[in-house]
Amino acid sequence: MTLDETRPGQAFTVLSIADEMARLQAIRFGIAEGARAICQTVLPGGPVVVRKGKQEMALGRSLAHRIQVQPVEG
Amino acid sequence: MAQECCEPQVEAVHEGDRRVVLAGNPNVGKSAVFHGLTGVYVEVSNYPGTTVDISSGRLGDMVVYDTPGVYGISQFNEEERVAREVILQADVVVNVVDAAHLDRDLFLTLQLLDMGFPAVVALNMMDEAKANGLAIDVAALSEALGVEVIPMVATRGQGIEKLREAIGRARPGRITPALQKLLPQVTPAADALLIAEDDEDACRRHGMAVPGTREEVYRLRRERADEITAKVVRETTEGASLSVRLGRLSLHPLWGSLMLIAVMVAVYYILAVGVAQWVVGITEEEWMGGYYIPWITALGSRMLNPDSFLGKGLFGEFGLLTMTVSYILGLLLPMVLGFYLILSFMEDSGYLPRVAVLVDRWMNKVGLNGRAIIPTILGFGCVTMATMSTRLMGSQRERTIASFLLSLAIPCSAQLAVIAAMLAPLGAGYFVLFGLILFLVYGAAGALLNRVLPGESTPLLIDLPPLRWPNLANMLRKTFLKSKMFLFEAGPIFAAGSLLISAMDAWGILDRLQQGLAPITEGWLGLPRAAANAFIMGFVRRDFGAAGLYDLSLTAHQTMVALMTITLFVPCIASVMILLKERGRKEGALIWVADLVLAIFTGGLLHRILLVF
Repeated sequence: MTLDETRPGQAFTVLSIADEMARLQAIRFGIAEGARAICQTVLPGGPVVVRKGKQEMALGRSLAHRIQVQPVEG
Repeated sequence: MAQECCEPQVEAVHEGDRRVVLAGNPNVGKSAVFHGLTGVYVEVSNYPGTTVDISSGRLGDMVVYDTPGVYGISQFNEEERVAREVILQADVVVNVVDAAHLDRDLFLTLQLLDMGFPAVVALNMMDEAKANGLAIDVAALSEALGVEVIPMVATRGQGIEKLREAIGRARPGRITPALQKLLPQVTPAADALLIAEDDEDACRRHGMAVPGTREEVYRLRRERADEITAKVVRETTEGASLSVRLGRLSLHPLWGSLMLIAVMVAVYYILAVGVAQWVVGITEEEWMGGYYIPWITALGSRMLNPDSFLGKGLFGEFGLLTMTVSYILGLLLPMVLGFYLILSFMEDSGYLPRVAVLVDRWMNKVGLNGRAIIPTILGFGCVTMATMSTRLMGSQRERTIASFLLSLAIPCSAQLAVIAAMLAPLGAGYFVLFGLILFLVYGAAGALLNRVLPGESTPLLIDLPPLRWPNLANMLRKTFLKSKMFLFEAGPIFAAGSLLISAMDAWGILDRLQQGLAPITEGWLGLPRAAANAFIMGFVRRDFGAAGLYDLSLTAHQTMVALMTITLFVPCIASVMILLKERGRKEGALIWVADLVLAIFTGGLLHRILLVF
């Protein structure tokens, strides 16, 4: 599934990020491919907020749609 | 802001002075560490050719530089380019790290160590880490990095003394082991790393082709940062502190929106009611109008013939010593101070990135992402400065859209003050109507541009710092600095404009322009002929235009039409100059003409619609 389809509270592993700049930036933030994170909030029609540890970041809806994730149990 | 006025006034560097550079992610308390190290004598200046400011101060025989907060050293945006330039000159790097977000921050730490700089890590915000249930093994972290790690709470001065001592013992740390095979054989070590990270400048300097290994280097570094974090950070409780929970609430679909509305209403009351009416009422009407202007006019008439060219230019209606001084000190200064204070508060409290998230969806409609909220807010302060700040945007496409919308539909603080003062007697309904029309024009113009411009805009991707109560001293420092720079830039242009208008008045050019524009002002917009005067003054400075309408005793209907036309009309001469410089002559001129046509068209349309009601 893609990141924009996750629901708040859903844990997932990042499989791929189909945007080079976003991929590099995500590595810096610590949410690289292979990282495990949790969907924190989804703003209606807007960005997805994800959390990894104490780190929170927001991704625009169109970017979230280009990120493949694998849901994992809690 | 204009660059000429702000040559980098960094502390005089003597031969042999060691350069200590502070580097760290945004919002990690770098300026608190900087001020703790250097004390009160600090120079702040714009980095040449940018909107980014750099502070410098002294620590014994060392010069300390503060850099903009970045997540890594590359050239992704203007702030990174400046940080990179300053860091590359460093003898010692003090890396300020947020203890509560170690995994994120270690990416930059490891990058600095991989570049071979002698370094010390200032592990700041230990109190926040503790409040969030994190325990950090400082000795193990120091061992893993190969440099000294000083735990601190910089806002309370804890650890500053230890950090000061440790700077003298700074040494290069451990380089990411797996990286060795990717590094080319060049010196200095920093260049070798930059080349491995596809840095075009470094590759050109050493006559090498871009190797295309950046992503691999990034991945290796991220792996090591995660390993170190796993080893040294222990979660003692699952607890999230109040500020973290409040931060999450601020992005809740319902509560977050309500919070944003509450913040906007509060900002409106502080600026439009508190400052524009109450403070300006005292400074401009009582102090300037009641004491200063009568005094200076009387003084002037004793020295010069008030009807002479010089007399008019200095003491007349638009005089340099009368109107210019009164507007700058009575009207502009309080507005600018109030505006920057609020922006500093939003920035330092961590609320600004949350606003970006909340508005992202709507900004997408005009081809921008949520980060465009920063130039937009800045635009309400000064469109000239905001246009320059569009450099932080991800693509040329976004810069074009943002520059156009700023010049068209965002009134600057000087203009807002006049708009607020002129609409206030008409009642709240007119405020709402005015805001609504401006919003519609903004949305329609942006949506149209988003449709016709080729390419795609960059998506939102930002880090959300925890909400925290900002440091008052930092906020005030930023406010005074920015206001000072603004007034130094605005003052001369304002004065030149005032002289120009006086000269045009004396030579009868004003009358002739008024005649020439009569079909538009009287026929199409339904305004008195003298309103053209205000429009022409709008060329000189945006707020001049609106201010010129004060004296015309317009009806409510005419006030709306005139204010709307002038708001959309042309930005001030300074913003046009910046527009031409930033967007190129062709695009800049096109934007300017589009502003003119849209302003007159919308004004006339509004006149006709209001006639019906």
